[in-house]
Amino acid sequence: MILTPELERIRQVTHGHALDYGLDFFEVIYEILTYEEMNAIASYGGFPTRYPHWRFGMEHEQLSKSYAFGLHKIYEMVINNDPCYAYLLDANPVVDHKIVMAHVYGHSDFFKNNAWFSKTNRKMMDQMANHGTRIRRLIDTHGLEKVEDFIDCCLSLENLIDPHSLFIRRERDPESVQEDDQVRKLRSKDYMQDFINPPKVLEAEQKRLKAEKERERPFPEEPVRDVLRFLLNHGQLKSWEAEVLSIIRDEAYYFAPQAQTKITNEGWASYWHSTMMTEKLMDASELIDYADHHSGTLGGGSRRLNPYKLGLELFRDIEDRWNKGRFGKEYEECTDVLEKQHWDLKLGQGRAKIFEVRKVHNDITFIDSFLTEDFCREHRMFSFAFDQKTGNFHIDSRKFQQVKRGLLFQLTNSGQPIIYVKDGNYGNRSELLLSHQHEGIDLKVDYARETLKNLQRLWKRPVNLETVVAENGKILRYDGENFSEQDRKEEASSTASD
Amino acid sequence: MPQRIDQDTNRFKQIVRGRIKGHLRKFMQQGELIGRRGKNLVSIPIPQIDLPHFQFDPNQRPGVGQGEGEVGDVVGAGEGEEESGQKAGNAPGQHILEVDVTMDELADILGEELELPNIQERGQKNLRTQTNRYTGISNIGPESMRHFKRTYREALKRQIASGEYDPDNPVIIPIRRDLRYRTWKVSEKKESNAVIVYMMDVSGSMGDEQKEIVRLESFWIDMWLRRQYKGLELRYIIHDAEARLVDQETFYHTRESGGTVISSAYKLCSALLERHYPPSEWNIYLFHFSDGDNWSQGDTEECMTLLRTSLIPAANLFCYGQVESPYGTGQFLVDLRDAFPEEPTVVHSQIENKEAIYDSIKTFLGKGR
Repeated sequence: MILTPELERIRQVTHGHALDYGLDFFEVIYEILTYEEMNAIASYGGFPTRYPHWRFGMEHEQLSKSYAFGLHKIYEMVINNDPCYAYLLDANPVVDHKIVMAHVYGHSDFFKNNAWFSKTNRKMMDQMANHGTRIRRLIDTHGLEKVEDFIDCCLSLENLIDPHSLFIRRERDPESVQEDDQVRKLRSKDYMQDFINPPKVLEAEQKRLKAEKERERPFPEEPVRDVLRFLLNHGQLKSWEAEVLSIIRDEAYYFAPQAQTKITNEGWASYWHSTMMTEKLMDASELIDYADHHSGTLGGGSRRLNPYKLGLELFRDIEDRWNKGRFGKEYEECTDVLEKQHWDLKLGQGRAKIFEVRKVHNDITFIDSFLTEDFCREHRMFSFAFDQKTGNFHIDSRKFQQVKRGLLFQLTNSGQPIIYVKDGNYGNRSELLLSHQHEGIDLKVDYARETLKNLQRLWKRPVNLETVVAENGKILRYDGENFSEQDRKEEASSTASD
Repeated sequence: MPQRIDQDTNRFKQIVRGRIKGHLRKFMQQGELIGRRGKNLVSIPIPQIDLPHFQFDPNQRPGVGQGEGEVGDVVGAGEGEEESGQKAGNAPGQHILEVDVTMDELADILGEELELPNIQERGQKNLRTQTNRYTGISNIGPESMRHFKRTYREALKRQIASGEYDPDNPVIIPIRRDLRYRTWKVSEKKESNAVIVYMMDVSGSMGDEQKEIVRLESFWIDMWLRRQYKGLELRYIIHDAEARLVDQETFYHTRESGGTVISSAYKLCSALLERHYPPSEWNIYLFHFSDGDNWSQGDTEECMTLLRTSLIPAANLFCYGQVESPYGTGQFLVDLRDAFPEEPTVVHSQIENKEAIYDSIKTFLGKGR
């Protein structure tokens, strides 16, 4: 439904304020939805035209149920697209619509300007619809169950991508491989050259050498993080299977930056809704409702870290620090507590700084650069860890270094294990060997096995995963029928000696 | 408005149904489901319906939080499934999803899987039930029944008609005569009712395991018959040397001892039917579970007479389930079979263990009576 005259008026006002503040966003198209439509679209991740799949139905069941029981309500949804699409819930009061609109302009600005979003497809709305059509056509040709099963397999591997690969080149250019090994010639006088070193023999020898080298070359030459692409390029997929896999991969890459910038993105949008509401948009009569809903989104129940709150507070902290000049060598090295407390150089660079931050940072670099010891102490942050003995999570430390390290670890690779292709011709039997870069946390083994099963269906030859289980190096293997597990001892020692 | 998502939701439900069907035989051996029964819903644990990923073991994963607390304070419990059994960790497919299924749906699944025919009701539909349905609208009523949408629509109509409505400032204020309330209409329905009488031998030879089998079997029988009849009544009779009419709780949990006089139960049942459940108005289902060890041959003969003269003519179905026990001789089944070789409404089945429940139910309910 299009906006009512009243909401259209609010939209224009909000739009004007957003521009005045210097936000630079994709135009936003607002749609008003009933809660049923909202739940349906939310189940599709915001895209009403996605391919059919049961997991969207499962999602929908859960959303509808938790909405019906009053556990959960979706206020707002916004799609990274040009133009940006945002959905408003029709049952919301006007003050909520104001908050949501202001919030959405923040997101839209972030989508447009943040570097990590720069490679995403800005016509994803259309792209998703195309994906839907293609999958439906495949279902018509090959049958629902067959395609659905295959989609399940692909989805099970969808986190095996390399979000950074869009910005750097990992694979070496095949042409840049220099050929330093020439065929050795026998010594001869010039006029005898053609007889002692016949060009034909030389050429054949050269070829043989090259082929030999080729064979010895590991495949892939360097570990490949984008496992899905490796499967597309080197797997034995049928053409329709490759089509499905590339669709899933495209969508995974589209969603990846949102996982990388949860704190930054939500923090930025929350910063702007609170700024715009308190400075411009709110009527006096709406104050209580605003305060209630704002604290609802920012409240952290039971000591959880809320990305909205953390992001917002950090942006405010940065703004304050750059306004007062509380950064740089001089400030850091100042040892006088009193002086530090009243440090104010009246620089007024805060706004400019946070606009710069929203342009270049993702969550990891954001936390790494701007989480300070003072902030950490002020916001009572702590790190926690699992205790095997009690079966509970316990507060582990309140030390700044540990909290920061914990937070960065949590954000690394968006909280997913780092897994790469190590060998595409493992044991010279065209088996696939993936390797889990173990950083102290094991994989969930039952899930890993099921995932291996799905991987095998794509690779079609036996697949292996090297990882660490309870401090023992293991190789999990699935050959299409059976699982096996073997210790990685010998190999671990050989890599150590390298 | 039908939505695109409905397709996916239906597909999801279909998958869930498929999973339940596939594991039905296993579910039927577990008492667990009975414990998960709500008023209309059963929550069924289904193995691994979500998509597996390579992911961290949640119990090894540290994190960062915010708030009060000293170092060492508990901030949360580890993942539940791991606690319930330490061995769970390494076996595949341990992740459990609970889905809520209505009793009716589960009964349908049971019916489909066991290929149970729908029951042919008999007797006239003498019973009238009245139901109130809130389908009407009235001008008066209690405030709690106010129909907001109708009320506002009336107010809108009135304001437009009188020219008070301003589209740019759409403020609608209902007045007294705009108010509309929901009201009910009485609808009358004729339907036939059914009663199940469960009889169980609780003599010393029926152990806990045997009772558990009876309990499981009756859960599924209840469910199926409930699906078929609107108003289903359940009566329970236990007997050793003497029979007693008891409630459900006692039925499943008493431990009696002593001899077995089966005719005592049949007598009581016959009296019960006579007094409360005339066969002209009721569909009657009789289930008797025993280990087949009657006190004397004389009593068995009395049983057969009772069955022939009063119980079998009255009932839609008489089912005898013989639960195997280490002490029973199982003679009663043989006698029953000899006495009624051809009678279509007499069904018997031998239930050796929990695995046999599946087939036993199929035998009992497969007749469609």
